[in-house]
Amino acid sequence: MIPGDPARLVAGPDATIEDVEMVRKELGLDKPMIEQYVSYITNLFQGDLGTSLKTNRPVSEEIGERFMPTFWLTLWSMVWAVAIGLLIGVISATKRNKWQDYLGMFGAVSGLSLPSFWLGLMLIQLFAVTLGWFPTGGIESWKSYILPAFTLGTGVAAVVARFTRSSLMDVLKEDYIRTGRSKGLSEHKVTWGHGLRNAMIPVVTMTGLQFGFLLGGSVVIETVFSWPGLGKLLIDSVAYRDYPVIQAEMLIFALEFILINLIVDLLYGILNPQIRYE
Amino acid sequence: MVEVKLSKKEEYLQRTLEKSAVRTPISEFWRKFKKQKLAFISFFFVIFLILLALIGPFIVPYDIAEPDYENVLSGPSATHWAGTDAYGRDIFSRIIAGTQISLYVGLTSVLLGAIGGTFLGIIAGYYGKWIDRIIMRICDVLFAFPGILLAIGIIAILGPGLGNVIIAVAIFSIPVFARIVRSSTLAVKSTLYVEATKSIGAKPKRIIWKHIFPGTLSSVIVYFTMRIGSAILTAASLSFLGLGAQPPSPEWGAMLSGGRDYLNIAPHVTIFPGLAIFITVLAFNLLGDGLRDALDPKLKD
Repeated sequence: MIPGDPARLVAGPDATIEDVEMVRKELGLDKPMIEQYVSYITNLFQGDLGTSLKTNRPVSEEIGERFMPTFWLTLWSMVWAVAIGLLIGVISATKRNKWQDYLGMFGAVSGLSLPSFWLGLMLIQLFAVTLGWFPTGGIESWKSYILPAFTLGTGVAAVVARFTRSSLMDVLKEDYIRTGRSKGLSEHKVTWGHGLRNAMIPVVTMTGLQFGFLLGGSVVIETVFSWPGLGKLLIDSVAYRDYPVIQAEMLIFALEFILINLIVDLLYGILNPQIRYE
Repeated sequence: MVEVKLSKKEEYLQRTLEKSAVRTPISEFWRKFKKQKLAFISFFFVIFLILLALIGPFIVPYDIAEPDYENVLSGPSATHWAGTDAYGRDIFSRIIAGTQISLYVGLTSVLLGAIGGTFLGIIAGYYGKWIDRIIMRICDVLFAFPGILLAIGIIAILGPGLGNVIIAVAIFSIPVFARIVRSSTLAVKSTLYVEATKSIGAKPKRIIWKHIFPGTLSSVIVYFTMRIGSAILTAASLSFLGLGAQPPSPEWGAMLSGGRDYLNIAPHVTIFPGLAIFITVLAFNLLGDGLRDALDPKLKD
């Protein structure tokens, strides 16, 4: 399935053909594809994800260790992305077609176009190597989170900003906003209290979907920052063709993504009481 | 010479005639598109990039593969505008030569995805029922893997290399196009003129090609342009991770990856390829935004 024979890889470069065949038997790779698949699924439901070819440890252990670092990294990226994205989006929508709007939207499209690995390297060079404010990689203290979370969140912040702007602009045209203004509410209250609250509903959905983008982006960012998370493990495993780990990682990422989508759908119902699931 | 003086009424009439004469869909699009200054500039920049991709390898000032060990890692100067890399190769020349690779990867992968997605989307939207259900469920499965992860998974199966990157990016573009095309197919299908065509006995093949497909084209074009930017980014990311183009290829992501080890002593090796990726992707994204506003204002990101 994966180019390069895993059995040969495990047996090592000097192994004889007999050795390779023995390893193949040991790994169960000599059995037909269907049988391998059935036994994989059976083991999966018993919580057994197989054994890593590289470290010989259970895959579930390997992944378990790496889960939390990635979880915190994506979470902090999301927090920062939503904070800055909302701010830029609201400013752009309320200052429509003024310089603030143009600047904000140009910033957003630039954020979408930045190669994240390049941004990460530039930030490491400037803030970690030259200025020495933050560590260059790995997890040492809370300071370690700042550069990677900033880098990973930039693309999502751009999407949130663009989406908030268009959603808020639509809402600000509504009758109830005019009513709010005419009864003498401050512009601040109209925008943040009435406008943003209603504009948030589609923004929440969009932001939830962006979690997928963060999971994907974490693979790149973790490599740049030597982050001991799932993303780096995936790239290392692909390089080593450690297929039990690759399979398990794909499963975990897809599962996480589906779970997040479910949570977003449920949140949607809470945010907008007009929607009822039957 | 006698000047013919028009009355006010005649003048007005002539003006309206001129105006109405030029209001074709294309001129209308052009009128709206020209208003978007950034998108307009990006349009010419993209044309410039395409030209560069075509003639770039012939006009580069230095050989892109020949090492020059006298000039290793030298900074930007009058002779080497963007400096040299760890083998003394001119980075500026390599960036120009790399334009071809990035554009080729971006265009072909999105084109393949667009063709596949449009085909599936039209079939699903037009025929509905079980065909629709099967196609859309397959798309849902592909959607379950967030973006670049699907590409990494595909490369884990196919092996690293630029050709496989194209296939991987194309595959994860398919469901995006399929969904958009399906929804515009559903909209066009319920219009009166399609109903009329059906009632005079036109065959499905003719209805799809002559009526449905042109109706979905504007959203396909908009999405096509918008996806190119992200396809170039994804391909560069994969090459950076060592899964795409391999050195000594002058692919921008691979060049950047090669410069990582010298970030401290020679940051220019990393800075310039990154800038090239950024500006190229930015141009495609701005062009896509402009096309969306001019062609299909209902589409939002």
